Order: sequence, then structure tokens, then C-alpha cells
Amino acid sequence: MAERKIAWKPREENTLFGKPIERTDGIEKASGFAKYSADWNTPGTLCAKLLTSPYAQARVKSIDVSAAEKVAGVRAVYVFPRREAGYVIEWEGDPLVAVAADTPGQAADGVSAIKIDYEMLDHFVDEVDLAAAVSRGKIKPARTQEEGDWGAELKKADTQLTGFYGISTITHMCLEPHGSHCEWKDGKLDAHLSTQAVSTTANQFAGAAEIGIPQTDVTVTCDYIGGGFGSKFAADEWGIAAAVLSKKAGAPVRLMLNRATELQIAGNRPSAFAEVTLGCDADGKITTWDSHHWGSNGTAGATINQVPYVIAPKNRRVRTTGIVTNCGAARAWRAPNHPQACALTDTAIDDLAHEMEMDSYEMFLKNLDLTWKPELYAAEMEIAAKLMDWKGKWHPRGKGDAQGSVKHGVGMALHTWGGRAGNGNCTVVVHPDGMVESFAGTQDLGTGTRTCIAQILAETFGLPMSGVRVNIGSSKYPSSGPSGGSTTIGGVSGPHRRAALEALWKIFDLVAAKHKTDDATLAAVDQQIIANGKPVCSWKDACSLLGMAKLEVAGTGPKDDGLTSQQVGGVQMAHVAVDTETGIVRMVKYVAVQDIGTIVNRKLAESQVLGAMIMTIAGALTEERIMDNLTGRFINADLENYKLPRIGDIGELVVEFYEPDSEYNRGVVGLGEPPAISGIAAISNAVANAVGKRVPIVPLTPKRVLDTLRAT
Amino acid sequence: MANDQGIHTPQSRGGPIFNRRAFLKGSGTAVAATAMLQEQAQAQQQQAQVVSGWTDITLNVNGKDVTAKVEPRTTLLEVLRDKLNLTGCKDLQDVHVDGADTVMIDGKATYAGTVLALQARGKKIRTVESLRNGEQVDEVITGFVKHDGMQCGFCTPGFVMATRAFLDKKPQATLEEVRAGLGGNICRCGTYDGITKCALELARKGQGGA
Repeated sequence: MAERKIAWKPREENTLFGKPIERTDGIEKASGFAKYSADWNTPGTLCAKLLTSPYAQARVKSIDVSAAEKVAGVRAVYVFPRREAGYVIEWEGDPLVAVAADTPGQAADGVSAIKIDYEMLDHFVDEVDLAAAVSRGKIKPARTQEEGDWGAELKKADTQLTGFYGISTITHMCLEPHGSHCEWKDGKLDAHLSTQAVSTTANQFAGAAEIGIPQTDVTVTCDYIGGGFGSKFAADEWGIAAAVLSKKAGAPVRLMLNRATELQIAGNRPSAFAEVTLGCDADGKITTWDSHHWGSNGTAGATINQVPYVIAPKNRRVRTTGIVTNCGAARAWRAPNHPQACALTDTAIDDLAHEMEMDSYEMFLKNLDLTWKPELYAAEMEIAAKLMDWKGKWHPRGKGDAQGSVKHGVGMALHTWGGRAGNGNCTVVVHPDGMVESFAGTQDLGTGTRTCIAQILAETFGLPMSGVRVNIGSSKYPSSGPSGGSTTIGGVSGPHRRAALEALWKIFDLVAAKHKTDDATLAAVDQQIIANGKPVCSWKDACSLLGMAKLEVAGTGPKDDGLTSQQVGGVQMAHVAVDTETGIVRMVKYVAVQDIGTIVNRKLAESQVLGAMIMTIAGALTEERIMDNLTGRFINADLENYKLPRIGDIGELVVEFYEPDSEYNRGVVGLGEPPAISGIAAISNAVANAVGKRVPIVPLTPKRVLDTLRAT
Repeated sequence: MANDQGIHTPQSRGGPIFNRRAFLKGSGTAVAATAMLQEQAQAQQQQAQVVSGWTDITLNVNGKDVTAKVEPRTTLLEVLRDKLNLTGCKDLQDVHVDGADTVMIDGKATYAGTVLALQARGKKIRTVESLRNGEQVDEVITGFVKHDGMQCGFCTPGFVMATRAFLDKKPQATLEEVRAGLGGNICRCGTYDGITKCALELARKGQGGA
């Protein structure tokens, strides 16, 4: 070796990095000892509950909380800012008042005692019916993007297809609701916040008008978070409410949203609906695309982008109309825009293949030159097709063998995602006794961030996993970026590797001086420092050369030094069985082939893909926000009626990483979002292949499947 | 309702036996009589007992008698989490169809949020914390870790308890039995694959296959 270069080790030299190491906090989590925000139970902790708007649009005429303040057990009442006579509520679930009491029941009593007079106003919550939105004046001006002469190409096209496609709004449905446990000590605020952003939320507490303390006096801690998926980047106004209630009551306060409120206001993935026309030549090459899509992210009235998706015909017109609805606002949802764009694009391409009487695999293959990396998708499609036995299973639409009323089908789709490293800082500390510690203001969403950092440090220093202690989840640690956009793994692995290497090299200098060896020959392996394969001294002896002082090295990122990279593709294929009498779709087999760059932990990486696939099954088959046009309410805002798959609903899942040496050598890329994208289109295509018709809107509920089958 | 493995499954598809939400919202004075099981509800209604205000009760939790002051509306989940600091059972702030609050009551997997504290008197309650004593860890927990049957980890302790109770009843379970028997718990991150592998591996050990 010798040259001191920032890089990962050669692939074959790793003993921990890239391996399927178990989570370091797995036992803590599985045995219930891991403490989430709501699990903080410091003495005297009060429970806070919210009064939220039952109406989609209304004007507050009066708010009277005086009776609530007198309810037994109630310790503090907080009226949210601006919630006074004249305030206009614009969506159901808007928080109005928060009540903190000794017990949950007493907080509920307090909420019940609040008197509010509302003046009902008209609302609009229909995201699908564009004509209704236009007639009600609920649209934003349409945008049009054009490239090439799409119109002329359409006239020339050998085959044309026009279809309608849609993907419903879903919520994040974090099992741990948004919320916090807030406690004041000597004028300083400790907030245990369920957050994807410990480093950036402390300032939101400090700077809130009702709090207004120096940013130094707030600590945000999040050791464990019960799901975020893009919805937990902010302190949120209910976080501020918890802090204020705690100060008013002089006691710690826990405020977690109830499930209905969680679903109504704490984020959703917005809907998208599209009319698509596309054309191809006699060979199946797509020559032109014309689409108009619409949807709603709430009162802001915006819709998605990225249409057409991955496959980008050179001649195209894309029209976009945002709808203004009285619904809770959208938030980033695992791969923002991509699942929707894919569900509107790859379904239309699949329909075009059917129109051409082509195998849709052939149609995608023929059009890969319209993607950003044709050879990657071709290689992944080939692997996926083998794993799925695509050739053995594919048949022209609706023409497969039926077992009674059950018909089988296969479908596929493509995706892409960036996943570049986010901002990250860390401190790596080597103690004179040989223990290694690290500090970073990042967080572990369940991806295994803690474990991955430990692997990187242990691999670098030649230590076992037990030789390193990883500290994350506090705003007092070196600032790191929010965990969104699959930026965390790159965001933490670069800085920790850089700092660890720098620390190691300093120790090599000490060892070289002491043992009179050439520092360029040294390596750290198996808790030893070796030179040319022979032991020089133990790791502990080497660290004792530090004397009394621990060695601290700061790491930063991202940097363009090859440790991290960006942009992946990915192919997914689904095999479904559809009961044409009941409309029930069951997953039989589902294959994901994913390029990933340098794998940090194979077990955790597989978990990310498996989890994304299961979440995708939910979006494709069961889950959706159902808004009632008449009342403006989210009528299935609970886990009983908001359907998620259960353990028996997922079929066989197959994860395959596409990982030639070129992938290892390009650096670490985020993995959370990419596998959560194309499965929805793949499953919809599989259902079309099974039953012979396109069910236009996902999720493909039994009702939608039967409606399609019965339509003439 | 309980299926033939004794695991509670939600009645989301068949319709509720009674309105749990309306029942739990009842405050002040409540009749401490009802349960998930229809037959239990009927049996208890015959010996209905009117209770109001605060009551000191004793519960047997993880082998120890503990006392708590409760109202009729106080759920077992609330006592475990807020008063006993046993926070392994999670509160999803919902109608408790998700299983994250799974505990064992007299050996049966039960959603702690659907049981009133008063109803739990005289029963043996086990929480997930009982499956770990320092370095001694139940094989269901180590199995979840080995197969990475967790991501965010919020549903995991409930799933661990459901799996423990299920395997106690069905030590040699098949794949189909695992899929049906663990259907009372929800995971959002999508960890069902690892959980299935964990349960199946332990079931194979149950057959002496190790």
C-alpha cells in the first residue's frame, strides 16, 4: 500500500464493510428497550391532545377555552397562533387548541370542554375530476412543456395509443405518529422529537415566536424514530405547542398526534391522473408523447413532475394542471414525484406494447436508448427476466391459462433515482485505550445508519464491531443533513471514512517513529498494526502512544474523492394472480433488480429493497386516502379502513443487486427510494396482462378491478 | 376475535362486534365489562359491576404484582406505558388493530389498547421486556435480529410478542400458518419477509430440525 489516499479498500480486502452484519441496535429494538420520543417518561410527564378542525373549510367565529382550563387534571391550554375569530380553516385536521393534562383521558376531557363556533364555508376535495375543478375555479394555470414536433410525429406514427391513468393520494402512515416529548431545565429546552432532521429542527424550536430563546439552549434528540418516509423534517407547529405547554405547566409534556390527525395533516404523497397519447413506428420505437396530467398537493394547488419517466421520447408535449383542494398538504414521500410519474408512464408504454401485439419486455428493450443508461437497464432487465421466468410466464393480455376464475399475469417497469451524498460532519475520536467513538448529528430512520457507521469505523481501524461506539441522534453533535432523498448513507459514510483514515494515519506516524518502520508499509488488521504482513504492535499499544490525550479528527462531506457517487437505475417485475369473480389481486412473485454502487451492509441493503417492495405492494393494491366530496373529510383516516398489506399478502419477494466491480468502484449511493418506485406500474401491468384490460387507477382494489372487468 | 391459533385478528373485514371507539371514549362512569371476545363480553355482562372515579388496582405484570391508580376508562396499554414505564408495547394512537401493543394475557397474544386495566386484574400479563433479562435473550428476539425483521423498529416488539405467543401455540408451524397466525400485526417499513423467515426457522427447530 503506502500511498495515503482517501478511498474504500479493494473489494476483496474487506472483512466488515459490505458484509451482512446484524444491526448493532437490533436487540434493543426487538426487545422493546429502545426509547422512541413517546417513550420518554420523565417524572410528572403530562399528556397533550389536540382539538382539530372537523371541517374542510370554515371560519372560526369564536374560541372559548375557559371551561377546558378548569377540567380536573388539565395543567395547560394552548391556542395555536392566529386561531382566533376570523381565522379560516382550509383543511380538516387543522390544529386549533392543545390541552395538556395528567392523563390522556383528562386531556381528552379538556378538549371536549372547548367551545368553538364555526361558520361553514364551501370546500373542494376532488382530485380526479378535472372538469369539476375547472368549473369551480380550483385550478392553477396549466403549464406546457414541448420538445420536438410531437404533433407531426403523432400523425406519422405507425401505432397510436391513448389512455387514462391515475395514482391515488396515499399518506406516510408512520406507525409512530409525529410528535415529541418536551421538557425545560433551567430555561433550556430538551425536545425528544420524532424527526428525520435532528441537526436542523433545534433552530425551529428556538426561533419560534412563542419560544424565542438562543439556539444554543435547545437540544433535539432522536435516538429512534418510528417511521418518517419524508414527512418528519420539521419541528411542526404541534412540536412548538408541546414546548410551550411544557413551559406553561412547568412539567414535561408528551404530544403525539392521534392517528386521524396524523393522516390528515402530517403529510401525504399527492395524487396524479393523466391522459396520455403516444405513438411508435412499425418497429415499436416510441417516437412521440403527448400528455396532460393533473393532481393536487392541497391548497398550494401543485402537482407532480418527471413525466414522461425514464423513457423520454424526443418529441413530446407535457401539459400540467394543479388543482387546489381543501386537503392537508403533501410532504416529501419516498422518491417524490417518481412513483406517480412511473405509474403514468410505464403503464402507457405497456398499453402501447399491447396495441402493437408485442411482449412489453420487447417494447421496453427497444426503447432503452431513450433512457439515461441503456446498457444498465438492458443488463438488469435480463437478470430480472431470468429470476421471474418472464419468457415462461408472459402471454398476450388476458390469454393466459385460468384456474377457475383466477388468472395470472406479469408486468415490469423501470426507475431511477439520484441518491447523492448529503451534507455531513462528524468527529471521530480514538482513545488512548484503543476505543473508538464517533459523533454525528444524523439519525437512523431504520435504514441502519448506526450500524453502517460502526462498520466503516471498525473496517478502517481493523477492529471488531464491539471496538467502536457510534453516537448519533442529537443536535449537539456535528451538524449533518436531514435524512431525505436517500442522501444519508453517502452523507455519513464519506465523512466517517475520511476522518477515520486521517486518524489512522496519525497513529501510523506514531507507530513508525516508535518502531522505526516505514509508515507507508503499515496497515491496521485484526486489532493489530502490521507491516508487510508481519505484526508490529497491537492496536491498543499503538493507541497508547497517544499518551494522555485522545485523538480527535473531524470529517466532512460530501467531497468528490470517489467515496460516494449518485444515480441508479433499477428494474422490477411482478407476477400476480387475479380472481376475476372477486376482483382480488394477490401477489405471487415480485423481483427487484437494483444497482447500488458500493454496498455498505448487504443485509440492511436487502432490507431496504424488501421494505420498499412491500410498501409498493400497498400503494399498488390497497392503500389510498379517500376524501368524501360531500363533507370534505378523509373518511378512512385510521388503520382499520386505510388498508395496508399484512404478512400473508406479499407473496414471494426476490432481491438481486446488480454489482459488477464497476458498481463497487464507483462509491456509495443512497438506496432508500429507488426500489420504492417502479413496482406500482409493474403490478398494474401484471394485472392488465392477467385480465386483459387496464385498470386505470391504482390502488387496484377489488372494486376497481371488477368495475373494469364489467365495463363494456 | 381470536383465530384457531389464539391470535387476535382485527375485524376490519367482517365488521365490529361493538363500537370500540365509542366504548373507550365513555368517561366518568363506565361499566367495566366487555372484551374482544363475544363470549367473554356476554359472560361478563351477566356479572356487570359499576365502577366510577379512581380505583387502586393490582396487576400481575411479568411475574410481579404492581399497583396502579386507574379510571374505568384507563387501558392496560396506558398503565403499562405511562405508569410502569414498560414502553415496549407501542401506542399508535389509533383504534388498536395494528398489534404494536401486543402483550400476552394468560399466554394469549392480546392488544393491550383493547383491554381496560380493570379487566386485566387477576390475570398474568407478560410484556416484551420479559423476553430479555440482561444477556439472556429469547430466541424470537435474536431471530428477528438475524433475519433483520425490523427497520424503524416501532412495530417490532409487538411483532416479537405475537410471534412468541404464536410459536408457543404452534411450535411446528408451516409457512401458511405463519402467514395466517401473524396477520394481526402491521408493519409500515415492510419487514414481513424477515419476520416470516425468523418464525419459520424457529418452527423448524420446533420440529427438531434445528
